[in-house]
Amino acid sequence: MTPPLRPPSKKDPQKRTNPPLRPPEARSRAALGLTAAAAEGRFALQVCEECASVQYPPRDACKACLSTDLVWRDQSSSGTLLAETTVRTSTKLFFRERMPWRMGSVRLDVGPVILCHLHGDCRRDDKVTILNRLDAAGQGVLLAVPAERTDNMDDDPQLRALSADPKHRRILITDLRNPNTPALAGALLDAGAATVFLGESESWRPHANRSTLAELENVEILPLDVTDTASVEKLAGEIGGKTDILINNARFMRPGGALDRGDTAFAREEMDVNYLGLMRLAQAFGPGMCSRTGDGVNSAATWVNILSVHALSNAPEYGCFTASNAAAYSLSQSLRGEFRTSGLRVMNVFTGPTDDDWYQELPPPKVTPNALARASVAGLRQGLEDVWCGDVANEIRERWRRDPKVLERELTQGVEGA
Amino acid sequence: MGKRLGYEGIAVTAPFSTPYQRYSIETAHWWIARALRGSLRAAGLKPADLDGFSVSSFTLFPDTAVGLTQHLGLVPRWLDHIPMGGASGVVALRRAARAVQAGDADVVACVAGDTNHIDSFRNMLSSFSRFAQDASYPYGYGGPNANFALMTDRYMQEFGATREDFGRICVAQRENALKNPNAVMKKPLTLEQYLSARPIADPIALFDCVMPCAGSECFLVMSVEEATRRNLPFATIGSTIERHNAHAEDPIQLRGGWTLDIDELYSMADCSPADIDLLQTYDDYPVISMMQMEDLGFCDKGSGPEFVRTRNLTVTGDFPHNTSGGQLSAGQAGAAGGFIGLVEALRQVQGVAGGTQVKDARKALVSGFGMINYDRGVCTSAAILNSGVPA
Repeated sequence: MTPPLRPPSKKDPQKRTNPPLRPPEARSRAALGLTAAAAEGRFALQVCEECASVQYPPRDACKACLSTDLVWRDQSSSGTLLAETTVRTSTKLFFRERMPWRMGSVRLDVGPVILCHLHGDCRRDDKVTILNRLDAAGQGVLLAVPAERTDNMDDDPQLRALSADPKHRRILITDLRNPNTPALAGALLDAGAATVFLGESESWRPHANRSTLAELENVEILPLDVTDTASVEKLAGEIGGKTDILINNARFMRPGGALDRGDTAFAREEMDVNYLGLMRLAQAFGPGMCSRTGDGVNSAATWVNILSVHALSNAPEYGCFTASNAAAYSLSQSLRGEFRTSGLRVMNVFTGPTDDDWYQELPPPKVTPNALARASVAGLRQGLEDVWCGDVANEIRERWRRDPKVLERELTQGVEGA
Repeated sequence: MGKRLGYEGIAVTAPFSTPYQRYSIETAHWWIARALRGSLRAAGLKPADLDGFSVSSFTLFPDTAVGLTQHLGLVPRWLDHIPMGGASGVVALRRAARAVQAGDADVVACVAGDTNHIDSFRNMLSSFSRFAQDASYPYGYGGPNANFALMTDRYMQEFGATREDFGRICVAQRENALKNPNAVMKKPLTLEQYLSARPIADPIALFDCVMPCAGSECFLVMSVEEATRRNLPFATIGSTIERHNAHAEDPIQLRGGWTLDIDELYSMADCSPADIDLLQTYDDYPVISMMQMEDLGFCDKGSGPEFVRTRNLTVTGDFPHNTSGGQLSAGQAGAAGGFIGLVEALRQVQGVAGGTQVKDARKALVSGFGMINYDRGVCTSAAILNSGVPA
């Protein structure tokens, strides 16, 4: 049974912070299929299109028939633990600092044998479930966990290292005024977050969220305007060293494409908040978070962006807003590269239209604040990179994967004339 | 299957082991040159007398056997580079023997050598194989220790082996090593010390693991006429086998490819396990030596533990095994670990093994095992060697 994870004691400022170490990152191109599935929390393996043989480790040709037509498909994640070991010495510093490390050999019900990390509650000959998770190197790795839930299961150190669980962590949500903020803050506190910091711009302007949230325990409202570099830097100076998860939900949006607007004024605001705001936050908070990814129970773990799913392919009814989200999405990919060496993860939550004033004209389905909060917390717990929230986001993802050009053509349909 | 051509008329001679060092500031090229020179001197040959050259090494990068010809001033008309780790000795032998039989080469030097710098082992691990990179090392980066820990764990469950059983193999080899002045390990080892050693990757502990070191090994293959003309003692080859990726469907490795080829091994050499005077197994961990005792027919599958309980594995015992101390006690010099048993067996059947000489050793079985590509060793090989009778 896993002992419950205790809240970390106050950090001794004289003690050296553990450096951000990483497990091995190198992979073949074929193996990155596992990483791509882990980014969405799926367990997938290569399957031969010709003879249906399931393959592992990842290959370029089928081990049964030599076909080169191998595709990644979701698989049953059930298996049996054949053998286990506790590794007590390693030449890799990441593991050396975390010894002893349990790993094992599992025969999957679908055939192949995998080597994997081992949850502390798994015993030899047990039925196990395989999770495919991103590790600190940002690569998909396999972890065997008990087939049935056990007490404090999520507190297992090897499982926790493959997640960004909010429990005992300190989290900054950048925009108090966003309609989704109360639900996000509530869900994070329910998940065991130690503190939720809420950024508030223009505090002289009254706002309903303030009265809802100001009274909550473990919530701190702090001044933050993402369009003001000095404001962002000032807050980073105050709480940058204890921000473990940053959720950027700052958003400026107006409907319409380029021709619907007479000038670029709104577009500038959209870029200033949605794109440059992300950049200012990254420049101010990124380095500090990157230096704290090895900092124990409340290490810095994940950077979260909440984006319109139309960042993938523009929706002209909100054409200019969507363009700013596409810019933010592209910047998030740059940040993934820039954060990679530290192990700090970037999680993008792609959402369809949300249930708030600016999407009032659109028909349902819409994403409620609670649904967005649930998906975000689940994504953190599973250590995801990409979360697709709501039916619209999932549908756009599927259509985009099938054919981006077809999707673009469908989204840019003209108005029926005479 | 048709009858394979025998190895009549082939002599294996001039075994040479460069004394191993725990760490070396020299290169693989340097170590290979030392062993090559040792064998040539023993045979009274000059480098120009060689026309065949076979190399096994992990640390030659960026060179291969090709680069070594120019580096060492050799002009071979037959050249081989064997990347099979612990199986490479027997594979080098059988290829070289066929080359000499066919007349493609007259005198082949088979050499293996590696250096061991402070960081060599770590560097070698990081670029060992694609499957290991993708699917093994991310899980604790335990290297071969972790792979063999899993195999040992399962073997113990399946067949009731205990740590004492593996300890018997290690303790006997240490006793043998004390008679080999070139062995890296120089202190006696008791079963109690073995059992109480620092755990490395459960159930594997310190004395289950080899000591990586620098070293090199070499032997020559030529015709019996040539060896006789030069008045060299030699060994002959009774039979050889080689197999790769056998039993891929076994969920975990509890047997090796030898099981597919063992009948041919003994029938070609016209003998049985009872006729073998000494056995040299590939011993990077004792569990794999125990599997070889089973898979090569000295006992049934699963009775390896009982076998080592009832036999004396030392040089003077009733089942001499890894007489020079093997890799566990003499050291693992990279790819030379695939040659150490073969070169020692050549000395044994030629009666020149010195302190480790087994009395009346006429017939030796050498087996090789190599390359943990992902979760198991892929390459297996074996050869039966006989004392040469001068023509």
